[in-house]
Order: sequence, then structure tokens, then C-alpha cells
Amino acid sequence: MVIAPRPRADSPGPQAPVKLGVEKLSIRYGHDPVLEDVSLEVREHEIFGIIGPANAGKTSFLKAVNRMDMFDRSMHVDGRIVFNGVDVHKVRNVYGLRRRIGVVFPLPVGLPLSVYDNVALAPRLGGVKKRAELDVIVERCLRRAALWDEVKDRLNSLGSMLSGGQQQRLTIARALSQQPELLMLDEFSIAVDPVTTMRIEDVLKELREEVTIILVTNLVQQARRLADRTAFFLDGRCIEVGATEDLFTGEVRDPRTRDYVDGRFG
Amino acid sequence: MDREATQAPARLDSDFDRLNRDWYIDKVIQLLVFIGGISAIVFIIGIFVFISKEGFGFLADTFDWREFLFSPNWRPTSATRETYGILALIAGTASVTGLAMLVAIPFSLGAAIFIAEFASGKTREFLKVTVELLAAIPSVVWGFIGLAIMNPLIIQTFDVPVGLNVLNAGVILGLMAAPIMTSIAEDALKAVPDRYREAAEAMGATRWQMIYKVVLPAAKNGLLGAVLLGVGRGFGETMAVLMATGHSINIPTSVFDSVRALTATIAAELGETAAGSTHYQALFTIGIFLFVVTFIINLVADLVVRGVRKG
Amino acid sequence: MFEATLLNRRNKTTQKLFRAALGSMTGLLILPVVLIMGTLIWKGAPAISFEFLFTPPTNGMTAGGIFPALLGTVLLVLVALLASVPLGVAAAIYLSEYAPDNWFTRAINLAIINLAGVPSIVHALFGVGAFVIFFRFGTSILAASLTLAIMALPVVIVATRESLQAVPEAFREACWNMGATRWQTIRRVVLPNAVTGILTGVILEVSRTAGETAPIMFTGAAFFLPLLPQSVFDQTMAMSLHLFVVSTQVPNMPLQVPYGVALVLISMVLLMNSLSIALRMYLRGKKKW
Repeated sequence: MVIAPRPRADSPGPQAPVKLGVEKLSIRYGHDPVLEDVSLEVREHEIFGIIGPANAGKTSFLKAVNRMDMFDRSMHVDGRIVFNGVDVHKVRNVYGLRRRIGVVFPLPVGLPLSVYDNVALAPRLGGVKKRAELDVIVERCLRRAALWDEVKDRLNSLGSMLSGGQQQRLTIARALSQQPELLMLDEFSIAVDPVTTMRIEDVLKELREEVTIILVTNLVQQARRLADRTAFFLDGRCIEVGATEDLFTGEVRDPRTRDYVDGRFG
Repeated sequence: MDREATQAPARLDSDFDRLNRDWYIDKVIQLLVFIGGISAIVFIIGIFVFISKEGFGFLADTFDWREFLFSPNWRPTSATRETYGILALIAGTASVTGLAMLVAIPFSLGAAIFIAEFASGKTREFLKVTVELLAAIPSVVWGFIGLAIMNPLIIQTFDVPVGLNVLNAGVILGLMAAPIMTSIAEDALKAVPDRYREAAEAMGATRWQMIYKVVLPAAKNGLLGAVLLGVGRGFGETMAVLMATGHSINIPTSVFDSVRALTATIAAELGETAAGSTHYQALFTIGIFLFVVTFIINLVADLVVRGVRKG
Repeated sequence: MFEATLLNRRNKTTQKLFRAALGSMTGLLILPVVLIMGTLIWKGAPAISFEFLFTPPTNGMTAGGIFPALLGTVLLVLVALLASVPLGVAAAIYLSEYAPDNWFTRAINLAIINLAGVPSIVHALFGVGAFVIFFRFGTSILAASLTLAIMALPVVIVATRESLQAVPEAFREACWNMGATRWQTIRRVVLPNAVTGILTGVILEVSRTAGETAPIMFTGAAFFLPLLPQSVFDQTMAMSLHLFVVSTQVPNMPLQVPYGVALVLISMVLLMNSLSIALRMYLRGKKKW
């Protein structure tokens, strides 16, 4: 597979609306800080990459965005996160917030419902009742998650009994079934084989038209293939944010970024 | 709701932040389950409140705690002077419970060790199921067994005139308490990590030595908890004791003496008292006494057993 | 710490003896009960007949059947279930899904343990003081059932809570991430997977309440009633109390009657418990994750 550098003429420019704004975000668990003073902006319809070594705070960042910190008593969040212009800490209906944000974590989870019900769950919660409509949504999301062919004849089988890779794609299908405005993927390729990863990457490129995407990844080349802009996280800090191509061609503000991208640590 | 690919960008709306029906339903459910959650506390407090309320008159007026606790004369219907001493009743409960523990502890411990350390597979399943079924036998059936089976058995075997006595109720109570004690003791033994056993075997210990010197000491909290639970059960048991102890109120001097237990006294006499009378209130006071004692026993047992779970 | 292996051979025999000793202790624990059950069956079976089960007692209860007592037990258990199951399931949902790890939750758990440990006669006293007198239900099925319900509540709570907690947290998180509310998550994913556990608890409760005597003695059950109860405010007869009555309160009782009653009662209880055990074993085979 040739990795062609992308000038990305169609990337949203600086005047594009801000989907997600983050100001001076700090997160700690108890007394252990995992993220300090992170500020960045994610523009609408862009694919925003986040790269960096393990334990750099990337997953905690995502959790803070969709307010999953509410379920962890040890997690303390300072700073401002603004989604669609609304401060997520001042939101009244946090479930509404989470419905608009789809997230895929590295741990594959197939719910103990049928495959069909797994993907139909979010639409049903959103009020879709007609079987015909649900059928359309389920098929579309499973196709996009590169899972349709493998399960189309057994949509009634239990989602929790699928293989790990299939469960991961099911998780992606579920996130897509929310028809989210913001889709956050946290190292989705870990549980998935390389060929399927490529198929999903193609899907993500198409989805840009409808969705804003945050892609947290360990595979720097994946960021290079997909992301319009990329942020480099290191030791809980956001070292820099820039056009992906710039980061990879060496036009960086911080030498550590170049080191990481070149594979010299992490 | 379907947003197919369009050229126009989605609007940044804050539409999602509305309090909808799902949000309200969730809040209502949260309240309902919370009410369910505190119900246990409400009921425990309620029990104490209501039995105290009914026994209050006795406590306020006639109650002399020294006489109550230390006089063996329980004569609420005496023509001359009514006395409300429960010492004989305490002795009744204590003797029956004591004998029951004497019977139950060695057997339930032995059975627990056998099931936990020696039995395996199908045998183990079978034994566990049997013990569970034994624990389910209602106390009135045990009382009946005491009357119909143990009674004649004791009279014949020991050549005594009456078979409704401490021995009868003690053995019955022991058989009643043993299955539960076995279950808990078995849990406690199973909770001892395998590595303790492996370490002992590696040092050349035999099965018995391993159990005696390693497993039992490690499980002693849970085993103690099992015993306490058995004692609590014995203390609070009503029907079996009522039917198997006979009806003499006295401090027993031998296992063949008939006695009366605290619980049985309430059961036997409450129906014949007038609501609100001193006798009635005195019975409720015995109830308060029972509540407090079993509360303490359960509290201690729980603290001791919880040490097992954490260890 | 351990004896030298020179004594190994002697230890082997002590080993075998030891194992045999323990085995016989276990046997001795079970054997008397088996014998007793056998006696019950042997002496009670002759009394069992269609007439025994479905007609009322006659002749001062020395003849006839036990139908009103059977019916009474069924009614008492049903009303008790109606009161305790919703409350118990709600409490378990609270403890498993909502309760934070603090002193208040520990207090609730302590209350549950104590509720289970309160002597049955104390429950009876409470029932009299609260339901018969204070709430003015009088001695009635309602008062007796509510007393039974409070006594059996811990059983339902514990069984339900265990089956809820057996559902892995990952499933809940997956639902929350999608924007499902706590209740939607419980309703669609957690609770359906806990139903069998709840059923086990319910069956256990039925078995316990059917056998209890003291709590119903002064709150609603009567020794003998000429008529069947017409409403929850009436008194009723009950199997457990009936056994007590026919074995202690009636002179010239032919021995086979109490044996028959005991046999029916214990069969009911053991049947229920076996059902619950069977259900649990069935559950273990049907893994969903």
C-alpha cells in the first residue's frame, strides 16, 4: 500500500466552525495528573488525529469529552470542554450529549443481545420504531464497520459470543448507529486485522462528509493517511497541533514531535 | 432523523441539551430504587420502634431490671404477686442453644472440611445440594419431629418419664443449625487461597497436617462467623423449641429437665394476654431483649465474617 | 514445622482414617435427617388422599382434610410475594447499580443482614404492633402477609443483587457511552440477564414463607375457621400453623393426621427448594458471555 502524502486541499480551514473546543484541560485521578493544560480545537468535518506514546493521557481526554468521568469518582476534570458551543460540564441532559458523540475504545464489547439488537439499540433509544427503518440502519452500519458479510446470515446470534475482531467491528457499528456528529476512535485497529483496518479507514474517509472524527492512534502512519490535522500528546501535555503533513515533513515547532514521528521513542 | 451525505455542513446546534422524557423517567426510577434501598433500614428501625412501643408500659412502670434479668420467677399470672424474672427463661434458651452447639459444631465442621477438602465433582455437588435442602426444613416440622419421634425415642432409650426436654430440643436445634453452619464454614474454607495449600504440600505436609496447621487457622474468622450465626439461630428459634422443650419454667440441672425458652414463652403466652396488660407488655419486653441480643450477635458475626472476604 | 517423612507410612494410615472419620461425620449429619424423612413418609403417606388435600377438616380436625390450610398458605405466600418482590428488586437495583461505596450503603447492608437474623417471634411481635394494631388491619391475611414479606425481603434482595452484580461492568459502560440513561441500560441489558437469578430468589422466598409459623400466629392465622377467607382482611388457616395445632392442641388426634400434614408441608418446601437449585444449575450451563 502506497502511503501518499496528502496536501488535503479539502481539509477544513481555520475559518471552519469549531466542533469541539478544549481550553486548559487538566485531568487527574486522585492526586495523579494524567493531562495538564491541554488546549486545542477540532473543526467540523475534519479528521483530527491524536498521536503519542502510551499513558500520554489520550484515553482520559476522550472520556472527559463525553463526560464518562461522571462514573469514575477518582477522576477530576478542570478546564473547559465545549461541544457545539455548549460547555459539557454545564449541560443539563448529559445523555443527549453522549448520543451525539460516538466513541470506540480498544476493548471490544459485544452486548449480550443479538447482533441486530446491538446495532439497533441506539436508534431505538432515539425513537426509531419501524422495523423497516431499523433494518436499513443496521445494514448500513454493519457494512460500514466491515462486518455485514460475516453476520448477515446470523443477525440473531449473540453479539457477546462473536470473536474479538468481530466484536470490535460490532462496537464500531454501534457507534455509527448513533448517527453521531462527533466520532471518537481510540486505537480501534488493535483488535482488528490489517485488511479490515484498511477497509474501515476508507469508510472513515467517506464519513468526513457527515461526521467530525477524532482518531487516537498508536500507528503514526495511520494518522498520516487519514488525519487533516494531528496533535502530539506526550506525558500528559499537548506538545503541538498542526497540519498532519507538516508534522511528518519535519515542519514542527517542537523537536520531540519529530523524534516521535520518526520512531525514535514511544 | 436520517442525515445522509449532503454538501451542506451540519449546524452546530445545542438541540441535544433538552430535558426529554427519558431524562425524567431516569430520575423517577432513581428515586424509586432509592426508596427500595432504604426500606431495609426503615424496617429494622420500625421493628425496634414498634416492639418498644408495645412494651413501653412495662418498661416505664413495673420494670426492675435486676428482677427482670436475674430472677428465675416468671409468674405473670400469679394470684398473689406477679413477678417477671426471665432468668429461668434465659437458662432455658442458653441450655438448649448450648447443647445444640455442642452437637452441631463438631459435625458441621467435620462435614465442612470433608466437603471442602476431600470431596470432589459429583460427590461434592450432591453433598452441597443435600445440605442446602436440609437447611430448608421448616422449624415447625422440626418441632413435630421432636414431639413425635425424639420424644418416644428418649423415653425409651434413657428410661426417663418425659422426653420433652433440653436433650430433645438441643439435638433438634443442633440438626437445624448444622446445615447453615456447614455452608458458611465450607465457604470460609474454600476462601483460603490454594497457594497456602500448595505451599504446605511442597513442604512435605500430609493432608491432615495441611488442614490442621494451615487451612483451619487461615479460615478461623469465617469459621467463627459460622458458629456465631448458629448461636444466633439457636437463640431466635421459636417453634421447634416451643414444641420440644416441655413447659416447665425452671433452671435446668440435667439434660432431661424440661425448660422453657424466651422465644417459646412469647409464643405460648401472647395469645392469652389482653392487649396492653402488664403481662402483654412484659412479653414485648422479652422481644426487645431478643432483638438486641440477636442484633449484637449478627453484628459481630458479620464483622468477623467480612474479615474473611477481605482477607 | 511438619513431621519428618520417616513416619510416612504411619501417616498414610492416619490419613485414611482421618478421611473416613470426616466422611462419616458428614454422613452422620445427613443420616438422621434421611431417617426422619423416611419415617415421615412411612407414617404420613397413608393419610394422603385426594380427600385429604381438597376437603376441610371435620370432627374437631381429627378427620377430613387440610384444604383450607393449603389454600391459606397459598394466599399468604402470594400476597407476601406481591409486597416483597417489587420492593426487594428495587432495593437490589439500588445496591447494585446506584449505591456509592460509603457508610450509608454499609448501613443498608447491615440492616439487610439483621433483618434476616431477627427471630421469627420478634417479627410476629412487630406484625402485631405495626399491622394489626397501629395500621388497624386487625388479624388478617394482610397483616400476616406483610409480616412475612418483611421477613423474606432479605432473601429476594440478596439473590437479585448477586445476579445483577454478575453482569460485567463493560456492558454498562458500552451502553452509557452510547447515551443510554442508567434506567435504559438496566432495562435493556442488565435486568434481562438477571431474571433467572431473581426467579431463584423468589422461589426461595416462597419456600421460606410457606414454612413459617410464628410470624403468622398472632397476625392473621387461626387454629380453625369454619369458612374460607373472603378478603385480605379475613383470617385464614395455614399449613404451618395447622401442623402445630394438630400435633399439640387437639386431644385424641389419630397420629397419622399430623404425619400427613407434616409430609405435605415438607414436600411443598423441598419441592420449591429443589426447583430453585435446578434453576441455578440450568443457569450455569447457559452462558451468554
